[in-house]
Amino acid sequence: MSTPLDPLAIRRISASPSPNPSIRNGNVPAVAKLVDIGLCIGCKACEVACKEWNDLGVEDTYNFGSYQSHKALTPNTWDLMLFNEVEINGGLQWLIRKDSCLHCDEPGCLLACPAPGAIVQYANGIVDFNQDKCIGCQYCLVGCPFDIPKYDPKSQKVYKCTLCVDRVGAGLEPACAKACPTAAIKFGTKDDMLAEGKASVDRLKQRGFVNATLYDPPGVGGTHMMYVVPHGDRLADYQLPTNPTPRRGGLGVLGAWKWAGAGLLWAGTVGLAVHFIRFRGARIDAIKARERELEEQEGRR
Amino acid sequence: MVTTRRGFIKLGVGAGAGLAAGTSVLGFPTDKVEAATRTLKIAQAREFHSVCPYCAVGCGMIAYVLGDEARNAVPTVVHIEGDPDSPINAGALCPKGATTMQLTVNRRRVLKPLYRAPGAADWKEMSWSEVLDLLAQRIKETRDRTFVTVDSKGNTVNRQEGFAVAGGAAFSNEEGYLMAKLFRALGTVYIEQQARV
Repeated sequence: MSTPLDPLAIRRISASPSPNPSIRNGNVPAVAKLVDIGLCIGCKACEVACKEWNDLGVEDTYNFGSYQSHKALTPNTWDLMLFNEVEINGGLQWLIRKDSCLHCDEPGCLLACPAPGAIVQYANGIVDFNQDKCIGCQYCLVGCPFDIPKYDPKSQKVYKCTLCVDRVGAGLEPACAKACPTAAIKFGTKDDMLAEGKASVDRLKQRGFVNATLYDPPGVGGTHMMYVVPHGDRLADYQLPTNPTPRRGGLGVLGAWKWAGAGLLWAGTVGLAVHFIRFRGARIDAIKARERELEEQEGRR
Repeated sequence: MVTTRRGFIKLGVGAGAGLAAGTSVLGFPTDKVEAATRTLKIAQAREFHSVCPYCAVGCGMIAYVLGDEARNAVPTVVHIEGDPDSPINAGALCPKGATTMQLTVNRRRVLKPLYRAPGAADWKEMSWSEVLDLLAQRIKETRDRTFVTVDSKGNTVNRQEGFAVAGGAAFSNEEGYLMAKLFRALGTVYIEQQARV
């Protein structure tokens, strides 16, 4: 695995023009997590390690008839093992999946976000939320095709997996990947992970999982967390969308409004200046004439 | 209301400013584009190597501690993760091992031996020396009372059947050996070790 050059070089920022392109950023290798579901034993060590590293605390859970701890991701559960029980060929199959942010290359959350700087995409592909700048509008929830960002009503901010950008920035691997006892979660450059993923898919196919696939959906530009899916023909049962795309909805219109506002402000300012130049002289003349008139009236009295 | 030229321009500027406000001046963003880097929470921490207290696998761990032990800077564990240098786990941990910080930093953690006398309803705090004395007395008393030298068929057995012993999972090889040696010497038959679960 090559060393990231500047792991925190920025590629994109929500509701802001693109940062200046830098000759260094182009050389920052994209990173990726590879979740090999074929190796996963569903132990939830990733879940715990995520909670521990990010100081997310515990939440009350209850047994709803599954090995799953929470029903879905929450503002302080950024990583969750899903246990989907499905019948395949008359037998029970446990289609387990580590659910957390996929870090899309074309992140729907970032494209939908109207708050400048609230969502940042680093040059290495990590998409992180900056809660200081989040305005709590929840447009990212609409933009995300994977239902990942979660809104916390108490702090009125949205939270999700950061791909441990703090650890990656210090040359460490994400907490979940480090904890994983079966190395089902791997971390490295996107190229390396693609190669590993393809090799793993081939191994699965040889073992009889003919539909095994590597989940790296092109609709969102590929993801920086990819899955090796043994039952690739049953993505829906893994709760994975078949062809996800960033869901902008009517949100693009809001960006247009901002430009309209800036245009109006310009028009007003220029108009004011033109008005000043064009009519100031005449107005001064008028005022002076009025003053002379008054003075004459005074004089006459 | 009569709309004058001046009023109209004022309105336009006002509306424009309102729409473009907050994020920009005249459409140019003023918000300084800066990397929102999260700080590495273990950057200032000291590393302590440890062994997982739970099962017998004995995974290596690193505890990250803040606080320099000055009077008002009580050291606190801020993070525990697998030790990549350990040949046993190479940095990985199981879900239970990954929760070890909750065992360490926990207001409900029992810090002193607790004793509940026979028939008593409540637990009583005791010092380690009191507890060890009590245990030694009980072991001696039970062994003396239940020691069997010859079984019903006349075989010499020299064993005590009054109590069993269970070793802890975090025992090292040497501690396990000492435990077995001590209790075999006392004639104990039932020797168990959590490492076997």
